[in-house]
Amino acid sequence: MKESAGKVLAITRKDILSEMRTKEIVTSIVAFALLVIVVVSLALDPSERTSAVAAGVLWIAFTFAGVLGLGRSFVMEKDKGCLQGLMLCPVDRAVIYFGKMLSTVIFMLVVEAIILPVFVILLDQPRFPPHLVLITVLATVGFAAVGTLFSALSVNTKAREVMLPLLFLPVASPVIIAAIEASGLALAGGPWSEILPWLGVMVAFDVIFLAVSPLVFEFVLEE
Amino acid sequence: MADSGQQADGCAIEVERLVKSYGDFNALRGVDLKVKWGEGLAIFGPNGAGKTTLIKILSTIAKASSGRVSVGGFDLQGDSVKARRQIGVVTHQTLLYDELSTYENLRFYGKMYDVPHLADRIRELVAQVDLEARRDDPVRTLSRGMQQRAAIARALLHDPPILLLDEPGTGLDQRANEMLINIVSSTGNGRRTVIMTTHSLEQGLAFCNRVLILARGNIVYEESGKLDISTLREVYHRHTGVGY
Repeated sequence: MKESAGKVLAITRKDILSEMRTKEIVTSIVAFALLVIVVVSLALDPSERTSAVAAGVLWIAFTFAGVLGLGRSFVMEKDKGCLQGLMLCPVDRAVIYFGKMLSTVIFMLVVEAIILPVFVILLDQPRFPPHLVLITVLATVGFAAVGTLFSALSVNTKAREVMLPLLFLPVASPVIIAAIEASGLALAGGPWSEILPWLGVMVAFDVIFLAVSPLVFEFVLEE
Repeated sequence: MADSGQQADGCAIEVERLVKSYGDFNALRGVDLKVKWGEGLAIFGPNGAGKTTLIKILSTIAKASSGRVSVGGFDLQGDSVKARRQIGVVTHQTLLYDELSTYENLRFYGKMYDVPHLADRIRELVAQVDLEARRDDPVRTLSRGMQQRAAIARALLHDPPILLLDEPGTGLDQRANEMLINIVSSTGNGRRTVIMTTHSLEQGLAFCNRVLILARGNIVYEESGKLDISTLREVYHRHTGVGY
């Protein structure tokens, strides 16, 4: 267990090191998410910038920017056959899954930490509720848990840019819907008792996909 | 070298009735093969013969459609993780991360393989492939030959008893080719077992003490011991219909 955790971290560390050199994933996701929020903030009249609308805008930005990042995650592994290099390592395929998933979570959280304050300012939100951090973390874990699986699946297809969102978004919709509802309530200053059921949906989604995805991952990777 | 499963019983690789299909296309059609420890086997064949598919299955990258495969004494059905520890793979692709340096790549793979005394091992290998002066440069800045030398170091990092070489000569410079020859020529004394696919009959004959020709997913010719190049050319043409 400890050995596997060390290898998961080695994969994540390698991804972070590569990303620090290329800045390919984080830069493109930040730029895309910022663009969505700026365009929508210009399009919406101040009276229309309600907490429910703002929550929808936030998760549209995170979702589509995240899909962009997920697409790059395994494409970079395919270059020069690095995915084969990973598959040759004497580790369970689940180790590769968790290593790549953890990298995605970290990249997305970095992006979300940059975007959230900009979002609050541009969409005139009166408060930055601390619950939003928890909602973001739970949704991001679920997003990455499913996204890593479908990113690996689509990397071997010809039209991978189209295939990834087509496969991924329907499966990820429960966690995205829960994140939008919970964020809307949090931004409106709603009580914990109303937010909690949505958090429960996200936790359940995370647990299910963190358990199932590593088992399926082996079949996704191998020819 | 890494501990192997059943070194004493004499077979590094055993393949029985191996079939691999991609949809309706059968890339391998019931291949049987045994490779002894320390043996050097060159696999020749035209494009589409199934050479790379065979290497992919032996290296656990691809799964067999049917049949039994054992590598280093470990059955790939149940012990693929242990089998992977027995093999080093060199292909025409480097399997290295472009943005990382040779040292960083080797450190990453070393951790994945639990290589003991990793820093010393990397230092030793980097010296062996003559990349000391460039070990901290990103791999993308190295020449093709240097990258392939780094790839050889990656394949040898965990000192595997079995080497699988899939068209390893592609893009190699003179020095990398000599290094490869040195590595492969240390197979004769019960050292590494080498399986190499190549289009170059000369290279295969120079490296290996046994040759095999694959055509349309079947083994069509097999010979142990030294062959001369003209005989091999004639045999190759007769079995594949392709001239050399």
